[in-house]
Amino acid sequence: MPGATQDRRPASAQAFVRQGPAPAQPPPASESFAGGLRGNLFGDWRTSLATLAVLTLVGLALPSLLRFLIFDAVWSAPDGELCRAPGAGACWAFIAQKLPYFIYGSYPESQRWRVDVTMFVGAVLIVWLLWLDAPARRLAAFLFFVAYPLQGFILLHGAPALGLPRVETHLWGGVFVSLLVASVGMVFSLPLGILLALGRRSRLPALKLACTGFIEFVRGVPMITVLFMANTMLPLFVPEDLAPDRLARPLIGVALFASAYMAEVVRGGLQAIPRGQFEGAAALGLRPWPTLRLVVLPQALRHVIPGVVNSFISLFKDTTLVAIVGIFDFLKTIEAARQDPAWAGPTISATGYIFAALFYFAFCFGMSLYARFVERRLGSAAA
Amino acid sequence: MLKRNVLALAAGLMLVATLAHAGALDQIKKRGTLACGSNTGVAGFGLPDDKGHWTGLDVDFCRAVAAAIFDDVGKVKFIPLSSKDRFTALQSGEVDILARNTTWTLSREAGQGFLFTGITYFDGQGFMVRKKLNLSSALELSGASICVQQGTTSELNLADFFRGNNMNYEPVVFASADEARKAYDSGRCDAYTTDASGLYAERPKLANPDDHVILPEIISKEPLGPLVRQGDDQWFNVVKWVGFAMLDAEELGVTSKNVDEKLKSDRPEIKRLLGLEGNFGEALGLTGDWAYRIVKRVGNYGEIFDRNLGEGSSLKIKRGINSLWTKGGLQYAPPIR
Repeated sequence: MPGATQDRRPASAQAFVRQGPAPAQPPPASESFAGGLRGNLFGDWRTSLATLAVLTLVGLALPSLLRFLIFDAVWSAPDGELCRAPGAGACWAFIAQKLPYFIYGSYPESQRWRVDVTMFVGAVLIVWLLWLDAPARRLAAFLFFVAYPLQGFILLHGAPALGLPRVETHLWGGVFVSLLVASVGMVFSLPLGILLALGRRSRLPALKLACTGFIEFVRGVPMITVLFMANTMLPLFVPEDLAPDRLARPLIGVALFASAYMAEVVRGGLQAIPRGQFEGAAALGLRPWPTLRLVVLPQALRHVIPGVVNSFISLFKDTTLVAIVGIFDFLKTIEAARQDPAWAGPTISATGYIFAALFYFAFCFGMSLYARFVERRLGSAAA
Repeated sequence: MLKRNVLALAAGLMLVATLAHAGALDQIKKRGTLACGSNTGVAGFGLPDDKGHWTGLDVDFCRAVAAAIFDDVGKVKFIPLSSKDRFTALQSGEVDILARNTTWTLSREAGQGFLFTGITYFDGQGFMVRKKLNLSSALELSGASICVQQGTTSELNLADFFRGNNMNYEPVVFASADEARKAYDSGRCDAYTTDASGLYAERPKLANPDDHVILPEIISKEPLGPLVRQGDDQWFNVVKWVGFAMLDAEELGVTSKNVDEKLKSDRPEIKRLLGLEGNFGEALGLTGDWAYRIVKRVGNYGEIFDRNLGEGSSLKIKRGINSLWTKGGLQYAPPIR
């Protein structure tokens, strides 16, 4: 019997030694869908009770929710008059009317194609980069991380020399700014985070101290403090001509803030790599840098995909904080639009916030779906 | 050595900073844009419309200043400021002017080093009640329950008003204006109180706006106006007189529509206003037609009031004490002469 031979203790010290094979279990009920449903929802009396309670709640809430969102909703109206009618539901006409504002903010109407082009190029590059079987992904990475930011900046901010009038950043707003803040944060935080994590594990005391100090300092203050520092306090120390742009300041703040969190996520992955991997690489004659690039980081990053995605999702939602320092991100444009007296009504705020919730959910859920797909592909998903 | 370098750098920065603060008008002309600290969204005062174009009384005031300097209302950069960072933005020179419905108080001038250039809107705290209560005055509110936002001056003014008139009331406080309005709408309180302009802006959000009236009493003084930094008298004068020119234009009947005809007018006051006589604009550091530009590009005070707050807007606020002094209001401007 294998159990007996592997156990080093004498058989007499054991409380129980099975003599025959264990009796066969009945086939699992979850083989069929209906059976699984029954087992999960009405397995015993406590589960049944919870199921019934939840069903009752859903039954109570769902009809009025559907009525508000769909059946009683106002789908098209020239102004808020119809939405103010008693019993009217969500005012989707308000969203339709304000949609250009929600997307572009105050970006001049005649120049909005520039935002469209930038977002389209970005979307194509992201798909190219994220589609694991796509050809020439190295080229995509180069385009996305080097050429695209340059192209985006020139196109969005304008270059009078190229016939593109300048569009100052105080006119930027809406979804476009939310995506800008989020993508700058993500694109910079991962490489910076990796460098900080490596620096924190370095044997050079000065480097280690600097990285640890930065990470601990940034993690020790709330993001709002960083934003206030950037947009309210900085102009007091630096003369206005030398101060960076009002939008650039929170961008830098968000990127640095996110990189400190990312560094700790990456460090978790680095610590999971056994010493043997480093020693094996050294035995093969690899120098420290190729060791990191070829042996350690690919394994470490695979371990931390859930953590990285978690940071990205929380960063995406944290972008709404820039509204506090007067940047009109997507949520702030909704906040401003719902003050419009032409549309003001009892349902306008609710409609605006539901729309915002759907938007943020779609993006965050999309990110987490993609991460699940990558994990499955890399075979690192824990069972 | 390092310490000395740091000190030298700091001194250099301070010198640059002082230089940057000298002569706002010249600096604005050189820069080519006026930086205006504006609201992040208050109906009637500063709010982006469907196209993202800023509208409102405060916004139009900044446009008038830009019109006087550049003859172009597009040369304003609106920097939306929250109520927390509005004063530092002005102090640091990030904005040249703050027109963001800010109440004129002593501590903001003497304590924080600003100067208000005038009053663009006389606001004050008022009450909204249901029409069916048949009230005609706030003095009949004794024993009422009143919805109010927590931690605001409104809450304090309310207490003063009722104590001063020996009346009882039940305050029902809420953390946000939205909650207070909703509670009033659902019948939790008999009255809702905040600044009168706010009451007009909140009324359309009620389920049946027509069932509610705003009582005539104003129980506090909230004079709203634009402000600039102290220590730059020329710039202070420019902003101050832009406001006065808009009021004088209304008083003289000069509007954006008839201003070209009025150029032919024989009235000496109009000639002086439009720069046909004297060199008042030059004295301010502007051009002779500065007031013509303001009226032509933006309008007189009555026009911008009507367009943003009054009958021409969806707020429908009555002129009331914001009428000209000739019509029983408080708006009064010194003459241009």
